[in-house]
Amino acid sequence: MKFGIVVFPGTWSDRDCYYSIHNICGQDAVYIWHKETNLSGCDCIVLPGGFSYGDYLRTGAIARFSPVMDSVADFSHKGRPVIGICNGFQVLCEAHLLPGVLRQNDHLQYRCQWTYLKTENNTTPFTAKCKKGQVLKIPISHYEGRYYADDSVIKELEDTDRVAFRYGTPSGEITKEANPNGALNNIAGIVNKRGNVLGMMPHPERSCEDILGSSDGNIIWESIIASI
Amino acid sequence: MPASKEQLEEIALSRKEYNLIVKLLGREPTYVELGLFGSLWSEHCGYKHSKALLKMFPGMGKHVLVKAGEENAGVIDIGDGQVIGFKMESHNHPSYIEPYQGAATGVGGIVRDIFTMGLRPIALMNSLRFGPLSAPHNRYLMSGVVGGIAGYGNCLGIADVGGEIYFDDCYSGNPLVNAFCLGIGKTGGLVKACAYGEGNLVMLVGADTGRDGMHGASGLASRTFEEERELRSAVQVGNPFMEKLLIEACLELAKTDWIVGMQDCGAAGLTSATVEAAYKGRSGMDIEVQKVPRREKGMTPYEVMLSESQERMIVIARKGYEGKVKALFDRWELHSDIIGTVTSDGMFTIRDNGQVVAHAPVEILNTPPVYRFRPKKPAWLDGLQKLDLSKIKDTAPRDAGSTLLKLLAAPNICSKHKVYRQYDHQVGDNTVVLPGSDAAVLRIQETTKAISMVTDGNGRYCYVNPFIGGVIAVAEAARNTACSGAHPMAITNCLNFGNPDKNDPYYQLRECIKGMTYACKKMKIPVISGNVSLYNETRGVAIFPTPVVGMVGLIKDVSRHCSSGFKRQGDVIMLLGDPGGDASIGSSEYLELVHGQVRGSQGIDMAAEKDLHACLIKAAEKGLLSSAHDCSDGGLAVALAESCILGNTGFKGEINLKGRVDAALFGEAQSRAVVSLNPGAVRKMEELAHRCRVPVTRLGIVHSGRFALKGLIDLPVSELDQVWMNGL
Repeated sequence: MKFGIVVFPGTWSDRDCYYSIHNICGQDAVYIWHKETNLSGCDCIVLPGGFSYGDYLRTGAIARFSPVMDSVADFSHKGRPVIGICNGFQVLCEAHLLPGVLRQNDHLQYRCQWTYLKTENNTTPFTAKCKKGQVLKIPISHYEGRYYADDSVIKELEDTDRVAFRYGTPSGEITKEANPNGALNNIAGIVNKRGNVLGMMPHPERSCEDILGSSDGNIIWESIIASI
Repeated sequence: MPASKEQLEEIALSRKEYNLIVKLLGREPTYVELGLFGSLWSEHCGYKHSKALLKMFPGMGKHVLVKAGEENAGVIDIGDGQVIGFKMESHNHPSYIEPYQGAATGVGGIVRDIFTMGLRPIALMNSLRFGPLSAPHNRYLMSGVVGGIAGYGNCLGIADVGGEIYFDDCYSGNPLVNAFCLGIGKTGGLVKACAYGEGNLVMLVGADTGRDGMHGASGLASRTFEEERELRSAVQVGNPFMEKLLIEACLELAKTDWIVGMQDCGAAGLTSATVEAAYKGRSGMDIEVQKVPRREKGMTPYEVMLSESQERMIVIARKGYEGKVKALFDRWELHSDIIGTVTSDGMFTIRDNGQVVAHAPVEILNTPPVYRFRPKKPAWLDGLQKLDLSKIKDTAPRDAGSTLLKLLAAPNICSKHKVYRQYDHQVGDNTVVLPGSDAAVLRIQETTKAISMVTDGNGRYCYVNPFIGGVIAVAEAARNTACSGAHPMAITNCLNFGNPDKNDPYYQLRECIKGMTYACKKMKIPVISGNVSLYNETRGVAIFPTPVVGMVGLIKDVSRHCSSGFKRQGDVIMLLGDPGGDASIGSSEYLELVHGQVRGSQGIDMAAEKDLHACLIKAAEKGLLSSAHDCSDGGLAVALAESCILGNTGFKGEINLKGRVDAALFGEAQSRAVVSLNPGAVRKMEELAHRCRVPVTRLGIVHSGRFALKGLIDLPVSELDQVWMNGL
């Protein structure tokens, strides 16, 4: 299958996504410059991490107006898989393909560290290969990763099982200490209503080989591959 | 009309230098020419006080492809058609005046040095020095500097894999911010910072030019710190997003044959970029300042030429290819403008709307005078190097535990995770050993190789004994490299010293360079790049002489890399190297922290040091080691404690006390490392150490829960962990 990796000016995890998808998982991958609009031939669209447009104005606020984003919306409306990682999650929220926003971390510092994600929903195309409750060791790297939405949205997300991952301890307990940025209810990743758009702050593309400290990120790519 | 005293002061040139300029030109320089000379003949660009000394460094080695001084950074061959280039540079003065932007633009500058050469930057490190954090201003400086490094570096997608931070009173009025960058590329893919070919076009790419950073090179970097507030306008403001676009666009351009050279606008902006490129290409250049896009109105030719506005590059396009170059930059949404042409007359000509405002030979502009002094050993140094042990009260065995806790909590020893967790250290999918170990390790994708990186430099050692301090700076970097299982390949350095016009700082500079040179030659490690930061003093008080060494090593098989934390319970712990005598508490962290004294020279035997490295590397390559950690700040007890904390394990063992308790536990005898290994590998390790002539002592085993050193210390590791993690 073929992954399309969108590149905005300022994107940087495009290369890591390419490496983990192509070199580690053995799948086809192409870069899609943000001014392109043709996504034909792609089976999954990846919005990678980075600082699109320098995060100026507000994270993802400028990138959502890039020409490629209309095509990404169309792609998602057809029920095809779209995954936004870190800045990609922020772009998806700004584009209203996912609800809520990512605010500045509560401690007002950038944070790069390992996190332990509890898989809350293992029925999405992105998590189907996880066991329910499985803990994935995947790192974060962001300044604006505190997931926030109003009470009704949070309630809807939780009632409809749309929280894909929460920050937890290595054994999967959801605690305040395990929350690296102050995200509401330790939310690390969510899916849209239809379940085909995932946004997550942690970087699965950084944890696809044991030599890098974890290969748990592969489970997400492999789940997508199995779902197509 | 001869330049006034005020004019010369503004650009930090002496009257003697001015007279030399008049003699060489055969006339008075124009106002714009004077500005050019001020920048190009500054210490920062011209190395006039340090050039003669820097020649001592060994520059050649079998892997060296680009030597120090030839290009923006040195380059070495790592095999398989791959090359790496790296360099370290200071941004001390700007960071004191405006910590966030000063540090941010320091990162920006060093990154440009690397990608200018066609190398993709993959790693950053930084070496920082501040005054004690008990003073609010020092805390403000540190949080600004760390914020600036994070804010700029994280935006670029380059892994910031660590470095070091030390604190001392002497840095209160003069913090040090040294930034290191490493890039990787292919053999034959390097771009030179060179302008040649008459009629080729000089293009300026990236940001518009403003008045920010005026006199950065001549003013900030080349004088001491009396009037810092007045010079605030000399600090530039960074735009990391623009830099990221420049990285991608320039690396794309580097793969084409549309250009003959590329150079970044760093210190002294457009002036040094163009003059240096013309000098290297044995060419001239004709620049029209009206073609330079500006962000503010009314800028004079002088201001345009000396502005240090960030994120700008000079590209020398082959005639006829300028349209292609422009189209490439347009796609990355970057401005590019033709501002001049390459000439063959050897003259550097600047025009303002056609009218010539400067017309001087490139050769003269780029050949500042070289100063040599014969400094005397300062009288105070002899006394400082002596240590009367009878006047230093030894640590009682019952106090050993509390002293260990005190050392682990000391800012110079404790964990720096509160700093490096603000840096993205994993982007790039290469980082195998994260910050916090002896050396960071990055694997090279699609090969079995890895490289290790460290920075080291102990200002206290250099203050007490500049020569020995210089030797140890290199030796310790190599020891850390060997502890990661890597062969030392080459070093870069930042030499941070006081005012070189005075005897004592110049003596320190010379002795440190001699010491570093001695160590490099003994270990056959070339110096491939570097930077000098002089005038580090405020109101007459100089910093400790602080050379910082950045070393890169090569690991043939990444699966054999090593890190500092103990790995498995039951592993045997051994000390490699001579335990050292009582004098090893000289210049130590312990002596300063517990006894409030900075004195007593350290000693080092380079033959023993070299043997230790060979032993560590062989042991790692044979797969004998579970962990390796060098004994440095805080001595053996701190090294053992850190390995326990990092490995989330404990220690149980004993040492054979021959002399003082404090020297055995906290002395900083050089050429030692603590290793742990599977009990089955102990005999092989002992045989290997014997063959390498390295003394080896069994210390104990990796245990759980407690740090138990018989008769001296018995503490839960959780308590050690608690103080170590919260020292900052």
